[in-house]
Amino acid sequence: MPLLDARDVHGGYGGMNILNGVNMAIEADEIGVIVGPNGAGKSTMLKAIFGLLTVNQGEILLRGEPIHNLPPNKLVQKGMGFIPQEKNVFPSLTVKENLEMGAFLKPHNTRRMLETVYGFFPPLYDKRHQPAGELSGGQRQMVAMGRALMAEPDLLLLDEPTAGLSPLYMNEIFERVKEINAAGVGILMVEQNAKQALAIADKGFVLAAGQNRFTDTGAALLADPEVAKSFLGG
Amino acid sequence: MNELVFFINNVVIAGSVSGSIYAIGAVGVTLVFSIMRFAHFAHADMMTFGAFMVLLLTLLFPGAGDAVGLPTAVVMLPLAMLFTALLAVGIDRAFYKPLRAHGVKPIVMVIGSLGVTLMLQGLIRLFAGTGGQSLYVDDRKEILRLALPFEGARAPIVITEPQIILFVLTIAAVVSLHLFLTRSRLGKAMRAMSDNPDLAQASGININLIVAVTWIIAGGLATIAGTLLSLDVTFKPDLSFFILLPIFAAAIVGGVGHPFGAIAGGFVVGFAETLAVFNWSVLLRPFRDSLPEWLAQAGNLAFVGTEYKIVVPFFILVAILVWRPTGIFKGKVI
Repeated sequence: MPLLDARDVHGGYGGMNILNGVNMAIEADEIGVIVGPNGAGKSTMLKAIFGLLTVNQGEILLRGEPIHNLPPNKLVQKGMGFIPQEKNVFPSLTVKENLEMGAFLKPHNTRRMLETVYGFFPPLYDKRHQPAGELSGGQRQMVAMGRALMAEPDLLLLDEPTAGLSPLYMNEIFERVKEINAAGVGILMVEQNAKQALAIADKGFVLAAGQNRFTDTGAALLADPEVAKSFLGG
Repeated sequence: MNELVFFINNVVIAGSVSGSIYAIGAVGVTLVFSIMRFAHFAHADMMTFGAFMVLLLTLLFPGAGDAVGLPTAVVMLPLAMLFTALLAVGIDRAFYKPLRAHGVKPIVMVIGSLGVTLMLQGLIRLFAGTGGQSLYVDDRKEILRLALPFEGARAPIVITEPQIILFVLTIAAVVSLHLFLTRSRLGKAMRAMSDNPDLAQASGININLIVAVTWIIAGGLATIAGTLLSLDVTFKPDLSFFILLPIFAAAIVGGVGHPFGAIAGGFVVGFAETLAVFNWSVLLRPFRDSLPEWLAQAGNLAFVGTEYKIVVPFFILVAILVWRPTGIFKGKVI
């Protein structure tokens, strides 16, 4: 049974549908990457999975259990973590307090998970008493990922984690995503840096106009000349 | 020396008294704003309601204070805080929660809170009448006169028992609020929600729980402020309503959404008020011989008359909004 199985998802804000029948399935140990042009509905799909917008048709299953239109805090309880693209830290809280908020539902785990997160992101340990609002973009992204990891999720949803980061931090984030996945967390992420993201992807989903255009393994999509021509810039 | 004592009595003590009351009131206003993003106009009447609960309990058990050597009203404070906190949570469930669920604009919430204000005032008048009542039912207000050990200081420093209790409770409230917000899981979650409500929800923080905790704290603090104000003067159904303006001025001066800014703002407004109505000619009296005649002869050198005291917070409010809309501590711009 797939960890996440989205079938024929239609949804959007208000009455307008942005997603017009998206299918997506990833296994528990996989990295899934969603790519596509602007306005294809990539981030919208992630938000639909995390209950941030209404699914009007179709279904989303987490380990076979329907989860569409459940509120986000219920989904966190069910083992899902979401990292928004923007405003993904609490700026006036310290780094440590940001991470603690991630473990709000599992306070007894806080100590152990703090060590795990500091293990993934050593710079955060040095800055743990600093307000997150004072950190650089890359460090904020680390705080955001760390916060989501604190709840020990089975599935992590990342919305453009490398947007606006320097190439150095970008590689660092991709490396961490691989490590987190190796530690047993399923990953579904939206990425603008399509080539690099597909290179680490087990499954790739190319969306356009709210529908699947190509679905395959990351390597196969990278090798596909048609995908390369239309979506990866040659 | 007597002039200094006069200054202490009329500025230092009086300013600290109104400053403390404004500070505790403004903290409640700023907490509600940072969690629910609207200006809660019914806060002053929650203060009155808290004091009214104390009055009722004091009438029911007039002798309770004797046992511990405190005014009965102060002994009844924790119970009244509990009732007022329950009222605050109940008001939220009945009036504000349905509005929030509809996703209305903040201004609709503000007008809603104005309705709650009128309702609370009417409710209190219905049971307590319109006149003033002393919260000292069976006991009486202790007035302490501390003589200064200096030669020439004939007048004593005058301070009342409720004023001392007010200072102690203000410090206790500030310290416990600080510890709550920085050490406890719920307090940190409150700050997180004030920072970024969407991310708080995405972290699994239970929004309804945080809202309820905010109302419990706001109700409790309102009871302390309202009761101590009533102890300092007398209980009246419209007593706290008239300090709504200085309380909001204090919250805005401190930077909306900053609990500790609100405390600083409370004291700024409180002292500004007392300094503005203080008769400075008294302090000039020892230097009378060396002053120009027009200054030495002046009988009243206050900046504004006592009856115009309310313009002071109003002026501060306007000045802050014009020159530094984020307040001293860079809060949110309303």
